[in-house]
Amino acid sequence: MAQKEFAGHMVDVNEEGYFTNPQQWNKEIAAAVAKEEGLELSDKHYAIIEFLRTRFNSGEALSIRSINKSGIVDVKEFYALFPGAPLKKSTKIAGIPKPSSCI
Amino acid sequence: MSNSNDKPLKKVCIICAKGTIEDVYAALVMTNGAVMEGIEAKLFFTFFGLDAITKRQMKKLKTATIGNPALRMPGNIPFPTLLGALPGVEAGVSAIMKNQMEQLDIPPVDEFMDLITAGGGEIYACKLAMDMFKLKREDLCEYVSGVLTIGEFYEMAGGEGTQIIFT
Repeated sequence: MAQKEFAGHMVDVNEEGYFTNPQQWNKEIAAAVAKEEGLELSDKHYAIIEFLRTRFNSGEALSIRSINKSGIVDVKEFYALFPGAPLKKSTKIAGIPKPSSCI
Repeated sequence: MSNSNDKPLKKVCIICAKGTIEDVYAALVMTNGAVMEGIEAKLFFTFFGLDAITKRQMKKLKTATIGNPALRMPGNIPFPTLLGALPGVEAGVSAIMKNQMEQLDIPPVDEFMDLITAGGGEIYACKLAMDMFKLKREDLCEYVSGVLTIGEFYEMAGGEGTQIIFT
């Protein structure tokens, strides 16, 4: 299994760069991953990341619709905060697996 | 998974010409999926597909209960064509379909279009089919960006890495 260093910590990642052990994640590491994705994390970013991690930990599926219902941001803001592929980018920064949902 | 020689998809132009639940959702899922991947996406509705974007019909889409051999009842029992012809059966089956989709967190048509357009996807109507069905711009829902001729559609489909998909 591949390992990668973020903010001085070695973490296990898969071939696409997603964490394989969400326990190895912390906020500093998130900032380092985000930097690699070209993003500077704001409080809004962290709020979404927390939401994603909570939802992942409780075993719920992640979809773009669930973000819209989160009460943190609407979809438009979500796309603006994580430009390009928002759900893929945000889950990578949140240290959780890539979502397998089609919606 | 992806070959390094593969050119990534940059734009998809998806055409939906039918107005059943499954035809419309296939187009919506593909369009939204593209938007989520950061692929530019245009969704074009024509002929009976226009039902999906007209204010009057978009919340009343149905699944055909006749002429649909893949439709089965619980327990994998074939759905009798004659049963499908009875009044109310199509509505009932369609309600079950929508309920099943809701359980999978698939949004209703209008909400789905809201997600697509919020992410930068664009939805268009076909001019010729609009004329044929005597529809006006104001009959269309708010998520429609415009009414296009086929020529304008092809202009929009230009550029390397673009695919046109007819569902």
